[in-house]
Amino acid sequence: MDLQSQREKLIDIVARFTAYSSKHLPDDVSGKLAELRGQEQSDVAKIIYDSMFQNLEMASRLDRPTCQDTGIIQYFVQVGTRFPLIDEIEDCLREAVLKATVIGPLRHNAVEVFDEENTGNNVGYRIPWIDWEVIPHSDELKIYMYMAGGGCSLPGTAKVLMPLEGYEGIVKFVFDQVTSYGINACPPLLVGIGIAGSVEVAAKLSKKALLRPIGTRNGNPIGADLEQRIEDGLNAIGIGPGGLTGSKSVMGVHIEQAARHPATLAVGLSTGCWAHRRSLIRIDADLGYEVLSHKGATL
Amino acid sequence: MSKKILTTPISAQDVETLSIGDIIYLNGYLITGRDDVHQRVIKQGRAIPVDLTGKAIFHAGPIMQAVEGQPGKYKVISIGPTTSMRMEKLEKEFIEKTGVRLIVGKGGMGEKTASGCTLNKAIHAVFPGGCAVLAAECVEEVEGVEWLDLGMPEAMWIMRVKEFGPLIVSIDTKGNNLFEKNKRGFNEKKIPEIEEICRHVDYLK
Repeated sequence: MDLQSQREKLIDIVARFTAYSSKHLPDDVSGKLAELRGQEQSDVAKIIYDSMFQNLEMASRLDRPTCQDTGIIQYFVQVGTRFPLIDEIEDCLREAVLKATVIGPLRHNAVEVFDEENTGNNVGYRIPWIDWEVIPHSDELKIYMYMAGGGCSLPGTAKVLMPLEGYEGIVKFVFDQVTSYGINACPPLLVGIGIAGSVEVAAKLSKKALLRPIGTRNGNPIGADLEQRIEDGLNAIGIGPGGLTGSKSVMGVHIEQAARHPATLAVGLSTGCWAHRRSLIRIDADLGYEVLSHKGATL
Repeated sequence: MSKKILTTPISAQDVETLSIGDIIYLNGYLITGRDDVHQRVIKQGRAIPVDLTGKAIFHAGPIMQAVEGQPGKYKVISIGPTTSMRMEKLEKEFIEKTGVRLIVGKGGMGEKTASGCTLNKAIHAVFPGGCAVLAAECVEEVEGVEWLDLGMPEAMWIMRVKEFGPLIVSIDTKGNNLFEKNKRGFNEKKIPEIEEICRHVDYLK
């Protein structure tokens, strides 16, 4: 295959993968929602969950985005240094967004800052947002796609605490934000927390925490324990689906960390709504692919 | 149990009988209006191109698709509610100026909107967030669009809907506010939870 054909193939795969992800929730999210639904007793919580599942069924059957807000498209790329099309990825991802916007169709969400004009095609200055991780000695490309909707991006926040505020300060920071802004962000939420030495690292890690499959735990046993405690504590508040009260609050709590400075304790918070459109695809050197987040998905 | 359905034009009496937590449905006219529409109508004082008296507005930015071969005709693909709190700053004045009776969105609104609802006999209700195809299937026809220069999400889409819902009343005409009430409950419950967790997280050495 010549370079042009390879580029077209990569663009096509990512475009169809992106559009598909707007219409079908990943397996871990669907599974968790079904589990949470079964635990609700009140009429209002049941009505909301019934609407959610009816909506998912209709979206799949009618081949339409589950939520109208298909977000700003973000790609978290893990590229092997030996992936043959490494030079083409950035351009292909922009082309893929243009194509996905038409075939979805996706909502037009890229508004240029200062000019305050919607570009009308989901591509803009530095958008789609691309986050790069380079994987040595690999010839594969893995792409996490995330649709950063407005509702679930609104609670996002980050702050540098003084170390003597301690992890207690982090716990309070998270609870305060989830019980104020979080209730409007389509709960049950997936809560991503980043802990680091400066604000941008904490913020970025909080988003990366949302990419982890629900049910996984932080690699550090103390971190895993803190995730569980915050999850149990938030659930005990009973925010319920849509913030209308219920027996649970969240789909999960994930923490990612980077070593901090002795004098700073930075915390970042990102939330994912129940319609958590996060997907993962692995693309081989010969452009064969597998959608890892949605078992059996055909694009 | 029979469905409680509001039909446009909605009267003051229609909404006065409703209370927070009630579940209702809508027949008739539902027009989208979110950040930029509020900005234009209130902050910039521009004349609104659609008469909203007795009608319903929807805090929503839809995915619409142009119908091939019929210029100006659109089909709704997905249309769920957006975060209503973003419109809190201008909603009271918007209600006063337009005569809208029903505001549909997602999540709660604040004190200012609640007072606007009491004074002008209007209510705020929520459609289940993220349920955009469910909502789209309640739309009988997209009759038109105004202010499309604002882009697809921010334009005013004029729709006729049938049994649009479920809508949970979150602010009624008597000053009650469901989400503020819930929030007070969450804030009370969170105190002992935070205290319990903080007993176990003194990791500093």
